Amino acid sequence: MNLLDPQTIAPWFIKVVGSLGLSAFWTQLIWDVIGSVSLVLFAIVSILFIVWLERKFAARVQDRLGPNRVGPYGLLQTIADTIKLLTKEDITPATADRVSYNIAPILAVFSVFMVMVVIPFAKGVSGADLNVGVLYITAVSSLGIMAALMAGWSSDNKYALIGGFRVVAQLLSYEVPMVMAMVSVVLVSGSMSLQKIVGAQAGGRWFFWVMPAVFLLYLTTALAENERTPFDLLEADSEIVAGYHIEYGGIKFAWFFLTFFLNTLFLASFAATFFLGGWRGPFAEQVPILGFVYYFLKTTLVIFFMMWVRATWPRLRIDQMMSFAWKVLVPTSLVLVMITAIILKLGLSPFWETGLLLISNLAVILVVLGFLGRALRLGIERPKRRVVA
Amino acid sequence: MVMRVVFVVVSLFTLVMAFMVVSHPTLFSSALYLVATFLGVAGLYVLLEADFLAVVQVMIYVGAVSILIIFAIMLSRGMMGKRTSSHNRQAKWVALASLLLAILLLYFITVLMRWPAVQAGPVPAGAIQMLGQDLVGRYVVPFEVASVLLLVALVGAIVLAREREI
Repeated sequence: MNLLDPQTIAPWFIKVVGSLGLSAFWTQLIWDVIGSVSLVLFAIVSILFIVWLERKFAARVQDRLGPNRVGPYGLLQTIADTIKLLTKEDITPATADRVSYNIAPILAVFSVFMVMVVIPFAKGVSGADLNVGVLYITAVSSLGIMAALMAGWSSDNKYALIGGFRVVAQLLSYEVPMVMAMVSVVLVSGSMSLQKIVGAQAGGRWFFWVMPAVFLLYLTTALAENERTPFDLLEADSEIVAGYHIEYGGIKFAWFFLTFFLNTLFLASFAATFFLGGWRGPFAEQVPILGFVYYFLKTTLVIFFMMWVRATWPRLRIDQMMSFAWKVLVPTSLVLVMITAIILKLGLSPFWETGLLLISNLAVILVVLGFLGRALRLGIERPKRRVVA
Repeated sequence: MVMRVVFVVVSLFTLVMAFMVVSHPTLFSSALYLVATFLGVAGLYVLLEADFLAVVQVMIYVGAVSILIIFAIMLSRGMMGKRTSSHNRQAKWVALASLLLAILLLYFITVLMRWPAVQAGPVPAGAIQMLGQDLVGRYVVPFEVASVLLLVALVGAIVLAREREI
């Protein structure tokens, strides 16, 4: 076993355990269980840290101190909060639909953990390098919408129900441009496997430099998919209190809370994988363990950006949110996919291909910003509501 | 052996869930059972090593179709909590007709139809690339016709649902 190369751990483990006299099936099973448990533990432990980071960062932006009582710099605050949540009384509303009320939080967490399987942490290290990776991400995360709908309906509460409606409206609308952004990435890298997408960004040719417009598109939709400001209408406190999880408390609420931050982590790590070169960096090929470091650095960078937006931006109105998705993001994403496909079909040398992609992406950004600026100057009108009985 | 047990479990799950869809009195719960049925079918695809079909099954049927069905149920007034009976006087005849149709279809698909045989073996590595190239190569016309059909349905839905000028 070479500690610097995590790829060699699995064969080493299988050899050691296999020499104890277990059959290949059981060895593989034990290894898979160890892998899954360590993935889940990694996610939960990093969530504890991300929650602390988010609270501290938002506090700094808003000129407060943030958590500073439990542990040094308040580092243990999240652990205290978790213990509080886990020891709370478990309440089910009398009129709730018991089965779906209890399944919903489990399904929500399940859907995000499933996504974790395909993240490439370092060279050759990921839970499973599916060759339908990108498709798998979109398919599995649509289970999360299902969970929110179930929670909203089964709670038997009107705020929860409205929250559920908003979940479907928002997440389905923003899923279209998000998938289109991923399609552009798949077109350029020529594969849906996440390891191969990282592989296609060799030599500093990160897709962030090649397709900045697609990156911005992905980041915007990621904010919406993660229900973060300016798209946090799903749990807009001043309108519908907490949205679909209003009737949840204790450990079941903790599941939804965990889902939210897990989503942050995964959307950020996919942004890093698709656009920032994933585990790539100096010497990441020779010393694969460095891949983890680069992966975490890039993911943290994207998470910081998302926190920054959340701490400083106001919330959109629901009609603004919907028209932004369908009138700005969807057409832009379609145009970007078409441009990318046409440029790739021209069959140019890599240098000209990259250059042309970059120029067209910058042009798209300029045109879209121009249109948005004009719309702002003309003043965005509220759509006239005319109720026809 | 393990695969056979898994197959039986997944098929039983799918069948039981499908039965619950038609027999459960609450419409919303029926829709949730439908989701479970679709997930079971996706599991069957996984057992057949058809990864792509399994993922697409989850994405389209669970992620889009079921959610739209549930949305429609939520938006229809008074459909949410009400316990509706799924049986009426015609239930018997419908059951009989469905049974006959199912037998006929099974006979047609498994016995009469001559499927082009592909030699058994592992799925080729580039299956998805082949599928993609076939979709925009050999089968480009049906593919585009399907897209046009969807577009027409979309425009039609908007025309029907648009608020009319008074």
